[in-house]
Amino acid sequence: MAKKGWDEFEIGAMLRSFDGGIDDIAGTRQEDRAYSENNSYKASVADWRLIKPVFNKDYCIDCQFCWIYCPDVSIIARDKKMIGVDMDHCKGCGICVEVCPTNPKSLLMFPEQADDETEIASWPKKDEEEA
Amino acid sequence: MAFDKMELRDIEVWDGNHAAAQALRQAQVDVVAAYPITPSTPIVEGYAKFKSDNYVEGEYVMVESEHAAMSGCIGASAAGGRVATATSSQGLALMVETLYQASGMRLPIILNIVNRALAAPLNVNGDHSDMYLCRDSGWIQFDAFSPQGAYDLNFIAFKVSEDHDIRLPSIINQDGFMTSHTAQGVATITDDDAYNFVGEFKPMNDMLDFEHPVTHGVQTEEDWHFEHKARQHSDLMLKVSPKIDKVFADFEKLTGRKYSQVECYDMEDAELCVFCLGTSVETAREVATQMREKGLKAGVVGLRVIRPFPFAKIIEALKNTKAVAILDRSSPGGAPGAMYNEIAGALYNTEYSPLLSGYIYGLGGRDLTKANLVDLYNELQTNVDAGKVTTQLQQFIGVRGPMLSFL
Repeated sequence: MAKKGWDEFEIGAMLRSFDGGIDDIAGTRQEDRAYSENNSYKASVADWRLIKPVFNKDYCIDCQFCWIYCPDVSIIARDKKMIGVDMDHCKGCGICVEVCPTNPKSLLMFPEQADDETEIASWPKKDEEEA
Repeated sequence: MAFDKMELRDIEVWDGNHAAAQALRQAQVDVVAAYPITPSTPIVEGYAKFKSDNYVEGEYVMVESEHAAMSGCIGASAAGGRVATATSSQGLALMVETLYQASGMRLPIILNIVNRALAAPLNVNGDHSDMYLCRDSGWIQFDAFSPQGAYDLNFIAFKVSEDHDIRLPSIINQDGFMTSHTAQGVATITDDDAYNFVGEFKPMNDMLDFEHPVTHGVQTEEDWHFEHKARQHSDLMLKVSPKIDKVFADFEKLTGRKYSQVECYDMEDAELCVFCLGTSVETAREVATQMREKGLKAGVVGLRVIRPFPFAKIIEALKNTKAVAILDRSSPGGAPGAMYNEIAGALYNTEYSPLLSGYIYGLGGRDLTKANLVDLYNELQTNVDAGKVTTQLQQFIGVRGPMLSFL
């Protein structure tokens, strides 16, 4: 965001969420919303994360548990189908993994620098004892 | 929801607290969030009674502390309502953190402060310690000298604060007990005239505007904080004073009552000036008139607007004086009195150099008597005759024990 001078911004410790007015925001997907530069949607906090969730869609049953429990609205779902994780805003808390009910889990935590495709290729097998 | 109007006599016998409560009723405040404390309690208590008697349409929020009271006001103001409350002394001290939030967030809240001493020792009576406590909080600050002022300045404060070019909160000070609990004749304004003067509240960046969502109270660090504070200070320094003058003029047109940021009494040819705040101004005016009869060219300057400090108007008021007594009703805690310093600062780089002497008086409700002020004017004349301040620069008036003076 451009560093404006003291006389160049709106008064008050106030920031606008969107550029211009909004209508049916609940019916508008995030990627289609006119978020302002000040909105936290535009700010990546990926560097807060030390470990990351990796999503393996082969085991996902689209139960939406992760979507409901994610404290940062970072689970991306479309038409009740889990698509993936918003890695600009996920802080790596691991709650999505904790609540995932499948066997094996469809989300697992890995070090930030891990390669997703490699980890998916060596995904743990079904835990027969638990089953 | 309909509410009832109140028929007022042209002159009502009101104390300062009731006058302020009536003004809040007539301004049709949307939200009062309040916590009671002596001597300001009757303002919010009176307002609550107006509400329960259906003279008020707004919300009354009972909270658990003064910190919560101002926090509630901040939330309601950010949401987009006309908001006011009242407090005193220890309550104000607890509220101070949130005062800075309110001004920094540019929320036009109106706060009636009934001035009272700060403990310890605990004391419920009037002095200006609490007024001085929030001196640098970024609020516009008015001072009433009487119940009439407490009534009138509320309307003026709403109109100044809520202007979209200003958007800064205002404090109206009145002296604890001397004003707040002393009933006097107060010239009233009809409900319709009062509301029309203040005008309908016009929200700005309000949180209830769902088509334009905003975040209030954001965090900034070294990259932005300074710019926000600079903007706030600039608006206080440049925009508020002309706006106050305009609203004072509009108010005079409506009521015939004239207010000035610096209230001068017999100052046209005055050589000796007493400078003070609050009810002391009215006492000093009486004594000045008596001193005139004895041949002393005595006058009084009372400060109606404490913030933004009317620097140029102070210089104009004092430029022809020969000696000025500056009275601070707050223990300065190891320094000259704040008003003494501010007036000395205003005059220092000018060609005018009246003899300035500072006085600490009236702490914890100690009376400032006419006899005190007679002595004061005589001392100023002695200074003028000697061509110098003949005493130390800071003296205590009315304290028991050996004469106390410093500097």
